[in-house]
Amino acid sequence: MVEPILSVRDLVTYFRPEEGVVRAVDGASFDLHAGRTLGIVGESGCGKSVTARSILRIVERPGRVEGGEILLRRADGRVVDLAKLDDKSQEMRNIRGGAIGYIFQEPMSSLSAFHTVGNQIIEAIRLHRKLTAKEARERAIELLQLVGIPQPQQRVDSYSFELSGGLRQRVMIALALAAEPGILIADEPTTALDVTTQAQILELIRRLQAERHLAVILITHDMGVIAEMADSVAVMYLGKIVESGPVDAIFHAPRHPYTQALLRSIPSVLAAPRSRLATIAGSIPHPYARPPGCPYYPRCHSFMAGVCDKSTPPVNRIDAAHEVRCFLYGAATETAA
Amino acid sequence: MSGAVADQAVPLVTAAEEKIAIASQLQLTWWRLRRHRLAVASGVLVILFYLVAVFADFLAITSPHATNSARSYIPPQTIHWFDEDGSFKPHVYALKGRRDMRTFKLVYAPDPSDKRYLAWFVEGYGYELFGLIATKRHLLGIDRGVPEDALFLLGTDQLGRDVWSRLMLATRTSLTIGLVGVALSLFLGVLLGGISGLYGGAIDTVIQRIIEVLRSIPTIPLWMGLAAALPNDWSVIQVYMAITVIISLIGWTELARVVRGRFLALREEDFVTAAELAGASRLRIIFRHMVPSFMSHIIAAISLALPAMIISETTLSFLGLGLRPPAISWGVLLQDAQDIQALALAPWLLVVAVPVIVVILAFNFLGDGLRDAADPYG
Amino acid sequence: MTAAHNVLSVERLKKYFPIRRGLLRRIVGHVKAVDDVSFTIARGETLSLVGESGCGKTTTSRCILRAMQPTEGVIRFRTDADRDVDVASLARSELRPLRRQMQMIFQDPYSSLNPRMTISDIIGEPLLVNRIGDLATRRQRIAELLDVVQLPRAYMNRFPHAFSGGQRQRIGIARALALNPALIVADEPVSALDVSVQAQIINLMLELQDRLGLSYLFVAHDLSVVKHVSHRVAVMYVGRIVEIAPTATLFAAPKHPYTEALLSAVPVPDPRQRAKRIVLEGEVADPSNTPAGCAFHPRCRYAVERCKVEVPVLAPTAEGALVACHRASELGLAGVGAVS
Repeated sequence: MVEPILSVRDLVTYFRPEEGVVRAVDGASFDLHAGRTLGIVGESGCGKSVTARSILRIVERPGRVEGGEILLRRADGRVVDLAKLDDKSQEMRNIRGGAIGYIFQEPMSSLSAFHTVGNQIIEAIRLHRKLTAKEARERAIELLQLVGIPQPQQRVDSYSFELSGGLRQRVMIALALAAEPGILIADEPTTALDVTTQAQILELIRRLQAERHLAVILITHDMGVIAEMADSVAVMYLGKIVESGPVDAIFHAPRHPYTQALLRSIPSVLAAPRSRLATIAGSIPHPYARPPGCPYYPRCHSFMAGVCDKSTPPVNRIDAAHEVRCFLYGAATETAA
Repeated sequence: MSGAVADQAVPLVTAAEEKIAIASQLQLTWWRLRRHRLAVASGVLVILFYLVAVFADFLAITSPHATNSARSYIPPQTIHWFDEDGSFKPHVYALKGRRDMRTFKLVYAPDPSDKRYLAWFVEGYGYELFGLIATKRHLLGIDRGVPEDALFLLGTDQLGRDVWSRLMLATRTSLTIGLVGVALSLFLGVLLGGISGLYGGAIDTVIQRIIEVLRSIPTIPLWMGLAAALPNDWSVIQVYMAITVIISLIGWTELARVVRGRFLALREEDFVTAAELAGASRLRIIFRHMVPSFMSHIIAAISLALPAMIISETTLSFLGLGLRPPAISWGVLLQDAQDIQALALAPWLLVVAVPVIVVILAFNFLGDGLRDAADPYG
Repeated sequence: MTAAHNVLSVERLKKYFPIRRGLLRRIVGHVKAVDDVSFTIARGETLSLVGESGCGKTTTSRCILRAMQPTEGVIRFRTDADRDVDVASLARSELRPLRRQMQMIFQDPYSSLNPRMTISDIIGEPLLVNRIGDLATRRQRIAELLDVVQLPRAYMNRFPHAFSGGQRQRIGIARALALNPALIVADEPVSALDVSVQAQIINLMLELQDRLGLSYLFVAHDLSVVKHVSHRVAVMYVGRIVEIAPTATLFAAPKHPYTEALLSAVPVPDPRQRAKRIVLEGEVADPSNTPAGCAFHPRCRYAVERCKVEVPVLAPTAEGALVACHRASELGLAGVGAVS
């Protein structure tokens, strides 16, 4: 098998405010391959965004990457553990935006209102590549063209507030690709956008990925977007990856009770009109009131008293690519072990 | 209702969570404030200062107006805590003043043979506690003789008045002038800001332009002009009231802006729309929904406006434009320490600066803490 | 469907916002947020208004509730006394009795509940301000309402901060139900909620409709949610309704190219159905400067010369839909999820 470009092992990121501990990411592991899209899906508070921020080492205080490995394969073949790097170090800054590009949900707050979009892209280009101002400007116009911005020669001199939400997100993507990274992290890139604009942006990401053989981490709460975009999927719940596997297996043969329930409860345009949805009981616990054992057990229909609420379920392997963190599939591990 | 399972399926909450669940905004604010150590300490300090203001006469040792040229510029006295036999008996030595015939300065020498023991709750000059109860009782004094002769914890000024006692009364003046000024600002600010935010349109524009004009006038010249216009023959009380009006003339504009901004923001809040759709009257919407929502902002704004008022009064009086002797305020006391000669002879007169700095800092820390605590939802 | 069954009928509703410029605040133009919108809602029916941001769906709903004053048009509401009232032309004082029969569920479960009031105060406010019952009967009613939205009665004295988004939305629903309204305007009631909680609220709204015979005007952008709640769907684009049709018809056989594109853009939660999407070019038109003719023509792949000059009007189709498209009868547009 091809070596992954990014390999996350037992990532632990905790927030320690005065009130207690929030286990935002609690032992997440996954691999990312060039030219493939990994979808990380989950509801609010599941830790999907913190996972992305941990990889980029931009977790805000009082949060901190407290354990695990984030192994990045650099272009020269070297493997760097990002978890061990100082988040303010020169190398980390080179990786951020250099080896890993990223786009966030709200493009307005990620773009400066005081510089033209062109200047921001030029700055990003020159930060990572030695180009003259003129060359960088040409490159910026090329990038704007690449992300489908009409009249890039004029748009290069406009400010972010002069652009619509969809165009702003395109500029963000141009910015993320300025240093030609091998990895693109997209955190809810279309949540703030309308559905037709979302379709445009998803199409763009897909096209760029094919053209540049990008490895993409797509973070979203929308199962529809995941089904549309991802090659493999990691489902997160309260800081844990409860299930991961190829997109087809996740959608058509889900194993974890949470994945199963989630898939049944999402509204779909394919459903019969006015059909009732299956529901998941209760709501997501407050991060301070995280249940012991399997975090999903209070809402789980397959809850086994004395097992699920006592200890954390291990990762059980269904097949080579499909893993599930649930006691229901324990027998498989025992025979494997 | 089949199929649907509501949220109560989640395990029952603990007693601690139940306590939070039924806590009102006021309680939540208090809990948040309690965690803000500096703000709490500052709050305690501010309360202590206001206690001083209330009990100023009781804490004073000698009459702050009693002059005596024979006691001019006495330096702060040292308190001796233990008697010769080692027992705890705080006392001071009586002072013998004599004129240095070369410098013509009065110099004071303690007389170790004449000990004056400190005593609690002694009788001194007469005053009215809370302006009601006539009494002569003071917290501190000496066990025999009158304290005017012997006890000067912070020394005396040129006219031989006890600095400690004057400081107590100055605290009262300066702190209350801030309160009265803020009350006045608050009244104007809430009224005009509320009208501005609620009605909008032309009234709003007029009020906003007035605020802008007022704020664009440099404050010190404005105060100077207004203060200079005060008739010379006004009594201390009249001047006091006039000064509060002058300093709140600017102060209200800030509060009006806060109130207007909150009204505008709250008008768009869904819960206000919901009340409107429920058929609630305008008055109910304002007083049940809007006012409680920005009360916390007002309290924080007040605690930040108070120090500004205090500074204003101190500045005006220091410049000789505000309160004038015989009134006593921090500004008036600082005015005594204005010339270099007085400072060279009696540096202890500068001690007034300490409470000014302390109280301003305390108010600012408290105000910041309140503002952070008041708005748990941002 | 005869007019007698309609709880609401909106006729030629317009809401223009003036654009003012310069020192004298002169009106230099208008944002046509809602431009000539007509529809009806029958008793017990859910009509969904869908469209992208800025299409005028929220403005329409606020005009119906008179949280905004419409510029023009008639909003005919059938009261419980079987009398027709034009909400648009009522004076403020005449509105109050009517408000009891039209209520709203809000999008944001956080800002729609006053954080300084307890749950019983929030749910009881409509009862209190309309002077319904005494303290004891009101309390009884609040308890019943909590039962209806499936929240424990014990939560009555809690403040909103103790509740999750889904629970808050239930409280908002209980408040809306307090006065036994005939019509509930729900403005994106589930879009702020987590997926696993959305389903609970959708089901609750469906159940309440069946039990209480409510009519919903359901304003939403999420077509998947819309499919689960609506009897009929109206699609809006830049202030106008471009298509109204029964839900199944609209999804399976859209007649307007915009509806087709909208449906095609919705991601389907099934990796085996990665269809070729119709990706619309360009941006939603500016409502202060709408294109001549059909507002959608610059983005429409079926546009012809006529579309650039003539504004299409809503016209009935064979399937019982209303479509505003010059080419509605000749185009064979693709839908999603043909009804089985």
